Amino acid sequence: MSSQLDDMYREVILDHYHSPRGKKPLVKANVLSDGTNPACGDQISMSAQIDDGILTDVHVDCKGCAISIASGSMLAESVKGRPYHEVLKLAEQVKKMLKGEADPELPAEWEDIEALKGVRNFPVRVKCALLAWVALIEGLKGYEPGAPGGKSTVTSDEDL
Amino acid sequence: MQPDARKIATSTEIPARELDVAAIKADFPVLNQKVNGFPLVYLDSAASSQKPREVVNAILEHYRYNHSNIHRGLHTLAERSTQAYERTRTHMASFLGGVEPQEVIFTSGTTESLNLVAYAWGDLNVHEGDEIVITEMEHHANIVPWYQLAQRKKAILKTIPITVCGHLDLSNIDTIITPRTKVVALCHMSNVLGTINPVAEIAEIAHKRGAIFVVDGAQSTPHTAVNVRELGADFFAFSSHKMLGPTGVGVLYGRRELLEEMPPFLTGGEMIREVRFDKVTWNELPHKFEAGTPNIAGVIAFDAALCYLEKLGMHNVHHHEMELTRYAFGRLAELPGLEIQGPQVVEQRGGAISFTDPIIHPHDIGTFLDSRGVAIRAGHHCAQPLMRVMGKVATARASFYVYNDKQDIDVLVESLKDMRKYFGV
Repeated sequence: MSSQLDDMYREVILDHYHSPRGKKPLVKANVLSDGTNPACGDQISMSAQIDDGILTDVHVDCKGCAISIASGSMLAESVKGRPYHEVLKLAEQVKKMLKGEADPELPAEWEDIEALKGVRNFPVRVKCALLAWVALIEGLKGYEPGAPGGKSTVTSDEDL
Repeated sequence: MQPDARKIATSTEIPARELDVAAIKADFPVLNQKVNGFPLVYLDSAASSQKPREVVNAILEHYRYNHSNIHRGLHTLAERSTQAYERTRTHMASFLGGVEPQEVIFTSGTTESLNLVAYAWGDLNVHEGDEIVITEMEHHANIVPWYQLAQRKKAILKTIPITVCGHLDLSNIDTIITPRTKVVALCHMSNVLGTINPVAEIAEIAHKRGAIFVVDGAQSTPHTAVNVRELGADFFAFSSHKMLGPTGVGVLYGRRELLEEMPPFLTGGEMIREVRFDKVTWNELPHKFEAGTPNIAGVIAFDAALCYLEKLGMHNVHHHEMELTRYAFGRLAELPGLEIQGPQVVEQRGGAISFTDPIIHPHDIGTFLDSRGVAIRAGHHCAQPLMRVMGKVATARASFYVYNDKQDIDVLVESLKDMRKYFGV
């Protein structure tokens, strides 16, 4: 089997694909963001709750390929409990990493996310991995403390 | 209600000569390579076909020995280039069932051909409140030009729906194609469903209502003998690159009376007879619609593709692909739950098979198969409205051509089985 393939579909990625985290809808959310990849039909719907600047919970519902589902699942698992502005910064770094623009040092607990780097060998699949992250970035950018949550929509094609 | 399918079924009663696929494969040097460590199995001809040595050589030879601009030079190379370019036109006229060479217009591809009709014919003839009828199974190239025309003219864009089996639903056709309908435009064969549409029957209905009939033949012309007059097409559009020819070359067949009355689409050199600053007169057909320097080498090499296909015989080509499709249906059934879109009856369809796995996304299918050297297409196939009707976001599509054999399908099926193991489903 081709090693590039195994490098993209790492065990940890297939694990997230088979049992995605963050599937439980939130009771309340002040960040809502939808993302689509029109080229392949991947769709993500994300909601998050920020309390006192901390991203306390996130819900990710992704319909798409193994990579987009795994990426969304890893996001859901990793961002909870962090200040939202820190999450925004980290998400921007993950985005750069996926696009091959940088090899950022991520927090130790985000080690799994580095497994997504394998997509860099498959240029058309990069946007699959990006979808969840650009949806999160747009959602967080639109967040204003105290204001009722607005909804952002994003396509990761445009972002590329 | 599938008269075309019946016609094709009848035509298969004429004995077909079996294609010597081993010899054909040898004519396509690109196929003789390993991809990701596996022998290449090319099953993406519905997106673009590979080119035989003859076509590649025709391009090389043109640039090596004969190249010049056409239709205006007084020197020998200009004459050679012009003659070769026009030879393809004459050849094409007979390939399409015997039309006039002046009715054959070279474009950059199906997309430009359809835009030409929508702009040059459409702007002249479609007015506010008129109707344009397309179908739910169209490629974006046969949707967007008509959508734009409807926007420009405040006309109404209507669609013929499809049945669950992937055929056109003609049960309410009289309420869809009405006396207000100016254009009926549809694909001869669907690039997603593989459905071969009963174009001649719909042409009759369109003509009875006074509409013109436009056929997107991008998927049919490479695979079956086409007689545009018998099909009742007023305009018939297709591309060279899906039928062994170069990219950047397409054809628009148009009925002479319609082409005569139309203004040019693109304007500039070649398409004019006389230019003054206060008056311009158009060149005669077909040059009126071929502004600027065309893809000369491409058109010339397209002739080599036509020769190659005629040597095989379009009847035999069609028969070969039906056999492959039948075989593929049988073998794909070994994968439980795999869903094949479109007609399940081989006689009613062509050799483009879209399928979905109940769990694995088409893009994962595409990436996995590529790791085994198998090239297929995955995505929405530029038919988003159809995808919505089908309730799919994307499909995987394997498509066959003259250089494919049953072994290629075996590799596809075995790789799909391995894929399920790999993803643990």
